[in-house]
Amino acid sequence: MTMLKNAPAEAVPHTGPPIRRRARGRGLRALTYAGLVAAAAATLLPFIWMLLGSFKTQGELLRRPLTWWPKDPILSNYTTWFTDHGIGQFFVNSLVVAVVTVLGNLLFCSMVGYALAKMEFPGKRLLFLVVMLTLMVPGVVTFVPLFVMVSKLDLVNTYPGLILPFLVSPLGVFLMRQFMLGIPQSLLEAARIDGAGEFRTFTRIVMPLCGPPLATLGILTFLSSWNNFLWPLVAAQSEEKYTLPVALALFSTGQHATDYGLLLAGAVLIITPIIALFVALQRYFIQGVAGTGIK
Amino acid sequence: MAAAPLLLAGTPRGSGQRARERRNGVVAWAFALPFVLVFAAFMLMPLVSSFVLSFTDFTSRDVQDPLTVEFVGLEQYAALFEDPRFRRSMINTGYFVVVGIPLTMVVALALAVALNSGIGRLRTLFRTAFFTPVVTSIVAVAVLWRFILQPDGLLNTMLESFGAAAPDWLNSTTWAMPSMILMAVWRNMGTLMIIFLAGLQTIPREMLEAAEVDGANAVQRFFSITVPMLRPTLLLGAVLLSVGYLQFFEEPFVMTNGGPLDSTYSVSYYTYNQFGFGQYGLASAASYVLFLAIVLLSIVQFRALRSKD
Repeated sequence: MTMLKNAPAEAVPHTGPPIRRRARGRGLRALTYAGLVAAAAATLLPFIWMLLGSFKTQGELLRRPLTWWPKDPILSNYTTWFTDHGIGQFFVNSLVVAVVTVLGNLLFCSMVGYALAKMEFPGKRLLFLVVMLTLMVPGVVTFVPLFVMVSKLDLVNTYPGLILPFLVSPLGVFLMRQFMLGIPQSLLEAARIDGAGEFRTFTRIVMPLCGPPLATLGILTFLSSWNNFLWPLVAAQSEEKYTLPVALALFSTGQHATDYGLLLAGAVLIITPIIALFVALQRYFIQGVAGTGIK
Repeated sequence: MAAAPLLLAGTPRGSGQRARERRNGVVAWAFALPFVLVFAAFMLMPLVSSFVLSFTDFTSRDVQDPLTVEFVGLEQYAALFEDPRFRRSMINTGYFVVVGIPLTMVVALALAVALNSGIGRLRTLFRTAFFTPVVTSIVAVAVLWRFILQPDGLLNTMLESFGAAAPDWLNSTTWAMPSMILMAVWRNMGTLMIIFLAGLQTIPREMLEAAEVDGANAVQRFFSITVPMLRPTLLLGAVLLSVGYLQFFEEPFVMTNGGPLDSTYSVSYYTYNQFGFGQYGLASAASYVLFLAIVLLSIVQFRALRSKD
């Protein structure tokens, strides 16, 4: 595969296409650029509109014709979230849920991934099969009995209730197992001969090698937890346990439905941290999506 | 393979080996245990319970005293299909999927091909731009789009400046669904673009060059080489999208409340509402209809793309 990719550039001396075609190629390239610039502008425009709008007064947001730049920019759309609507608590809730969910997935999925990739045990094939079959089960299929169960356990409106259903994921098992299959057996045997038990081999040899899949899994899990909606909507029943999306959705459909400055500022507050994370760790986001196809 | 000599060196006598195997099995299960417990309790059990519930008259009142629950066979499913609101929600979901998937795929493929055509350094920049909506919360962007789609909002102001007709997007039974599809394309094209881009890079360049030498133009090359070579990637993209699109919920929840006149009411929304009414049996049945649709659509897409080989 690598040979195929690299070969043509060096091996085949480029004779160059006829001039007429080259000119047409340049025209096509200019057209491609123009199209890409227009598409990128259209893609980012809503975000710019959101950011600018979040600094406008209600009066300016309702005024027509529309203004681009805020005439007299205000911060109160943001500050009211903190002073009157307790967004600090929603932020903490979202963060606690996301961080614990990520840690749980990293630890438990790599443990089971290690067993599935590198050990023999009765029931191994069945376990893997069942996990793979549940890869595509959507949350809407399980949330009703899940709610019954969580309320029986008295976990509605608690962090464990919000977190437990997402503490492990079939995708995580798949990712970790696939990567660990590639770790040479000889490396593990060497560790065993040196007297290391399975647990030591796992923590000292295997985990340090697993940086790439752990990064991918961590990022995908954080992303889906941060943006998760249906389950927190059901399981967080009072304001002190709302996550950010739940709070924004309920504000935007409740008494603040037309308070556009406030809603736009809320959207900015949810979206900004994740975009910052994305820009900083872009490579892993893209690898994660390209490698697993799951967003 | 590399481990063979080591294994040979360490091979013990028969019974000792069996004992070691048993001990290894226990150790392996110890590694799997935390996952298995959480997975069984919070995934497998609800998945099975939901199926069982869909054949019962379970309601929120039965949570305290489940013994009064009775099996009602297929009654919940019959009730579903007699409910015009459920039928409506199925039609709406179908609309969202049937129009949304091809549209998203075409846009994503166009972007991927453009980015793959030797764009150079700017490629990363464009890729970042197109991928950004993917990482955002649907709730947050639904709030944003509701604002943009106001009758005298940003989109209509721009349309009017081009002299185009400007509908009242979210308050029109005709246009509410297309506006959600538009938003879905905007938000999801980045995912597929990345997947397609990875697929495009596996097509050997000399294949395209050979076709060019043989006189095939860009369009011919695209349809007779690129698309067939990309088939597995296209399949993956279609399956992923259909799983996501069949579940759409946040968009109508935030933007239209399912309206106007149920024109954006989705199956997930119906399930959520029945759950809210305490009709757990009915909600489970609705969710299993959705699940079945996801499984069937994935199989159909798999077959369709396979059979053309």
